[in-house]
Amino acid sequence: MEATFPPPRLLPSGDSAITVEFSKVIDETANQRVLALDRALSEAAIEGVTEAVPTYRSLLVHYDPCQIDFATLGEKLLALAKRPVPPNGKTRHWRVPVAYGGENGIDLEDVAKALNTTPDEIVARHVAGKYRVAMIGFSPGWSYLSGLDKSLHMPRRQSPRLLTPPGTISIGGVQTGIQCVAAPSGWHLLGRTPVRTYQLHREPIFLLEPGDRVTFYAIDTKTFAEQEKAAENCEIVAELMAS
Amino acid sequence: MTKIVVTSIGPASSVQDGGRHGAQRYGLTESGAMDRLALAAANTLLGNTPFAASVEIGPFGAAFTAREGAVRVALTGASRSADIAGQPVAFDSSMTIPENATLTLGFAKGGAFSYLAIEGGITGEPMFGSLAVNARAGLGSPYPRPLQAGDELPARAASGAPERRVEPPAATNGPIRVVLGPQDDEFSDEAKKLFLDSEWMISATSDRMGYRLEGPVIKHLHGHNIVSDGTVNGSIQVPGNGAPIVLMMDRGTTGGYPKIATVISPDLRRLAQTPAGTAFRFKAVSVVEAQAEARKYAQLLRSLPDRLRPIENVELNIEALHDANVAGHAVSAVDADTWHHVPPDGQGAGLSGSGRPT
Repeated sequence: MEATFPPPRLLPSGDSAITVEFSKVIDETANQRVLALDRALSEAAIEGVTEAVPTYRSLLVHYDPCQIDFATLGEKLLALAKRPVPPNGKTRHWRVPVAYGGENGIDLEDVAKALNTTPDEIVARHVAGKYRVAMIGFSPGWSYLSGLDKSLHMPRRQSPRLLTPPGTISIGGVQTGIQCVAAPSGWHLLGRTPVRTYQLHREPIFLLEPGDRVTFYAIDTKTFAEQEKAAENCEIVAELMAS
Repeated sequence: MTKIVVTSIGPASSVQDGGRHGAQRYGLTESGAMDRLALAAANTLLGNTPFAASVEIGPFGAAFTAREGAVRVALTGASRSADIAGQPVAFDSSMTIPENATLTLGFAKGGAFSYLAIEGGITGEPMFGSLAVNARAGLGSPYPRPLQAGDELPARAASGAPERRVEPPAATNGPIRVVLGPQDDEFSDEAKKLFLDSEWMISATSDRMGYRLEGPVIKHLHGHNIVSDGTVNGSIQVPGNGAPIVLMMDRGTTGGYPKIATVISPDLRRLAQTPAGTAFRFKAVSVVEAQAEARKYAQLLRSLPDRLRPIENVELNIEALHDANVAGHAVSAVDADTWHHVPPDGQGAGLSGSGRPT
């Protein structure tokens, strides 16, 4: 089938990177096209391209201007982006445990109040979601997931917190995410997972790939503590489902 | 074993190298030296590979003592007073610290970061091919954090090779050049003009993640939230308060503020070496021009070995060193008001971000 999408915009990010922009908004189709271009670019192995960073709506392509220039690389990227988006056949599915509420999710009750429902109902809706890793960014392993239930969409906090704990599971806007290392955040904290999406001295160091599928399940604080210990010892803790 | 002991050091000092590459898609930023030219010059002086791990010294003073043997080192970057056991030493040259002697460095003058390379390079356990400190990610070796007094850096016993200096490249003064975008369409023509026509200063709250700029308020056309996309070293984000932030080596790999422009790679080190409170301007160039400049910069980096010179006169010319290191009339690479101090041929501007007279 012919791709009938308009071509992406090529935007310079200085002299050593191109932003290939498919959309300005969060859009599932745009994200699929980003991930497809990311794969196609990796297979094309264009000389001078050093790395690529897929995001919700664009692919940032880093390159060496001594080896290839903006115009030449731009043309190659447009040609690759014309290819039809292959069906998402081989995606991995991770089941990620979460200890919701209490000290692990200090915003759960406020979120329930703001959305006129109960904390249990918020958790039920969050675990019912089928998510996809739309991008990983900002800090190591911070995985932005698409697929959040519309009833859980809410604006970010007025004032971001300067530090939120590792493993935080939170919602912000139309997104939910898995945060790995302690970092500032303006999102609402629902719980924590013992799963480490980034861990040195473990194989693999980074657990999730853009495009992976993710679902959550609730665990109690005792299980959380046990799995934290296992994760500390480089166990992966998340379940990889056959797909 | 022979080593360098950090006897005193201020904040914002850490082991840095050429940075780690290839994992930005997992949220791991590149890190690495703020002034790669100065890093490469320091390493070249000692015969190390250009981006071997070295000590990046922030604006405050520092002292290093050689233990269990003499250690050969090189100093480049922002100039400052420097002496070994009370004897002044020159920047942009190699030197040997005798066993139990201390190299003492004052505050940075007209720049922000100096580099202390160690013969053989700092050794440690690389992660993603780099020893660079990225404290947030828990990365860096031998210490995954900024350096502290008492830290020890393993070194090789001084080779006794003749000391050398490096001929500084021609000064590149003038405005910091940028390529507009990737989100310059989030700003009106007036806002872009204001950005390019105004004088800016770097805020004292800046760090290796980002340099906050003080100047006029840059207003957005459609609000300050965009859907996050990728960032590069030198991306200029404009957050809600309209005060631009230039993203530096420890930036987040993605960001949700519109990016009005991007500093071109050859000028990023000059911005990195601009002290807080020094006025400077931006100038827009085309991608084609920026890439031509990037290639010239790569050529300059490659030319460093050809710029090595023997140190002919071992007798120290104290007056010259005084001029070089503790000159009160340092010039800024980005402050036009000081440019007349630079000789017309531009020589003598040093490898620091700022020029200095010789």
